[in-house]
Amino acid sequence: MILRRPFFYLILVIAALFVYLPLHGNNVSLREDLILVAIAIILASNLNLMIGYTGYVNFGHIVFYGLGGYVGLYLATVRGWNLVLSALVAGLAVSVCALLFGLLILRLRGAYFALATIGILQAVQAFVSNFDPWGRSTGMYLSFDAYAPLGGAMHALWITYYLIIAVMALSMILSLVIKNSKFGLGLFAIREDEDAAVVLGVNATVYKAIIYSVSAFLPAVAGALMFYKNGMIDPSIAFEYMLSLEGIVMLMLGGQGAVMGAALGAALYEKLRSFLLTSPSLSNFHLVIAGGLLLLVVLFAPGGLMGWLYRIAPRARTVIE
Amino acid sequence: MSGVLASMIDGLLVGAVYGLAAMGLSLIWGVMDVINLTHGAMIALGMFGMYLLFGALASNAYVLLLPVMVAGLLLGIVVYWMSVHRVVGRPMLMSLLSTFAVNMMVIGIGTAIWSTSPYNVNFSLPGITLGAYTFTGNHIAAAIGAVVIALALQLFLYHTRTGKAIRAVADNREAAELMGISTTAVLTIAFGIGIALACTSGALVSTLFPFTILSGGTYQLKSFVVTILAGLGKPFGALVAGVLLGLLEGVVTPFIAVSWIPLIEFGLFVVVLVAFPQGIFGKRATA
Repeated sequence: MILRRPFFYLILVIAALFVYLPLHGNNVSLREDLILVAIAIILASNLNLMIGYTGYVNFGHIVFYGLGGYVGLYLATVRGWNLVLSALVAGLAVSVCALLFGLLILRLRGAYFALATIGILQAVQAFVSNFDPWGRSTGMYLSFDAYAPLGGAMHALWITYYLIIAVMALSMILSLVIKNSKFGLGLFAIREDEDAAVVLGVNATVYKAIIYSVSAFLPAVAGALMFYKNGMIDPSIAFEYMLSLEGIVMLMLGGQGAVMGAALGAALYEKLRSFLLTSPSLSNFHLVIAGGLLLLVVLFAPGGLMGWLYRIAPRARTVIE
Repeated sequence: MSGVLASMIDGLLVGAVYGLAAMGLSLIWGVMDVINLTHGAMIALGMFGMYLLFGALASNAYVLLLPVMVAGLLLGIVVYWMSVHRVVGRPMLMSLLSTFAVNMMVIGIGTAIWSTSPYNVNFSLPGITLGAYTFTGNHIAAAIGAVVIALALQLFLYHTRTGKAIRAVADNREAAELMGISTTAVLTIAFGIGIALACTSGALVSTLFPFTILSGGTYQLKSFVVTILAGLGKPFGALVAGVLLGLLEGVVTPFIAVSWIPLIEFGLFVVVLVAFPQGIFGKRATA
């Protein structure tokens, strides 16, 4: 089924490029650039499941990434588990956590839900900042020999890079699979008109709780990998509100609802951001420019780049989903 | 024991300012169904407006509230035409995002000018001493200011033609338009007043605590809590809910570490949001 979608193979090509490009000539600085792009794509793609597919704005999406990082780093250092296992368990733990939050706050609709997600983010951050086993506000550090099982730090960095690329590809494939499933149609129905969807037999409560929990899994895995790679975590890095919000900018820029939209927006925005942050005259204004961009997209092109592409070339819809 | 009482009284005074901050958010939300995510940034601009004016004129800080308020009104009108007018009546996602975009721009510019280091307004009134405890004059004056402004807003909304028009538009925009009310003008004014209230509360807060350009975020979240508690568009409801929140902070502060307070507040926020989506003082939903 999924193998028949041309876009599936495009995702594989993109992932292969991400793997091949930095390997060619052992280009470490390119790898570090691409890893940020990959993280942005992971966050934006999974956020798209909530905003683009279901029509529920999650301002606190970063909470999954940060919690995943904490659980993963805790398991890898304090418990001494191997990296892949601790990342997967972190993903599962955060998904379960999201399911519980979801059952609580998904009774709220529209803007009320969006506000509650800000509350969740702040509450979790406040909790973690006071949680002793996770080092309170100073966070946790990875000792250098934690990389030994993966063959030393240099190998470990490459291995985590490949794993993050794999998570990126999985994020896009997950979006594609959901988009082409009956479950996805149910989500679209909720987005268009929740009451009508319920009347037509969509179990909105269950659908919303599931998608909220699913959208937590891969960001949490990515968080575990990323913070393992960085070797340290603290509450202000893990739950960076700005990153959570920039995820929304990426998604709107690329085009919410489209799998490629999330990825394209994330890649472009990440490039733009690193250009602005490193440019001496503009580095102070990257938020201003990002905000201006978001405003223009929201006011004049709510479909984003993909919306524009679909309008000028409607047949592109069948290939680039 | 009297320590707790003193802490409660102080919480009550600060809570009145929380209430004032929330009134602006609640007014805009109630009238045009827009959750104004520039709120925190506008509170921060109010703080820095006070800082700049006080630095330049060095007069009584409470006299400077008036120019801050007027500037806030004008700023609100600009922000309305820039980001809100096109999205009023569209899905709420759009207005959330467009006001949020303005928020990012203001915070970005503010960070570039003032960085994120703390500032303060060096102005103090003599306090009142009761036994071993002193209540600073600034806290008392800020609370009085908040109550006076709430009263003025209440009178404006219920006893002037413009105020009645604002309430009519909040109740039913189409019907109000059919009655000959220019909704665009009313929405512009209401948004301007909402921002003016946010800036004024920021200016009052700047006389109480040190602040950074990011401080507005804290008060924005407190405003959400207060607005949810109070229900929409009720100045006195917001004041009472603000005082309750301040009181809660005052009661807990002596017993637990300050760093836990956000957890309690946001926990409360989520619980109230889920349990009372119409606000504790609000009407029960019929639909």
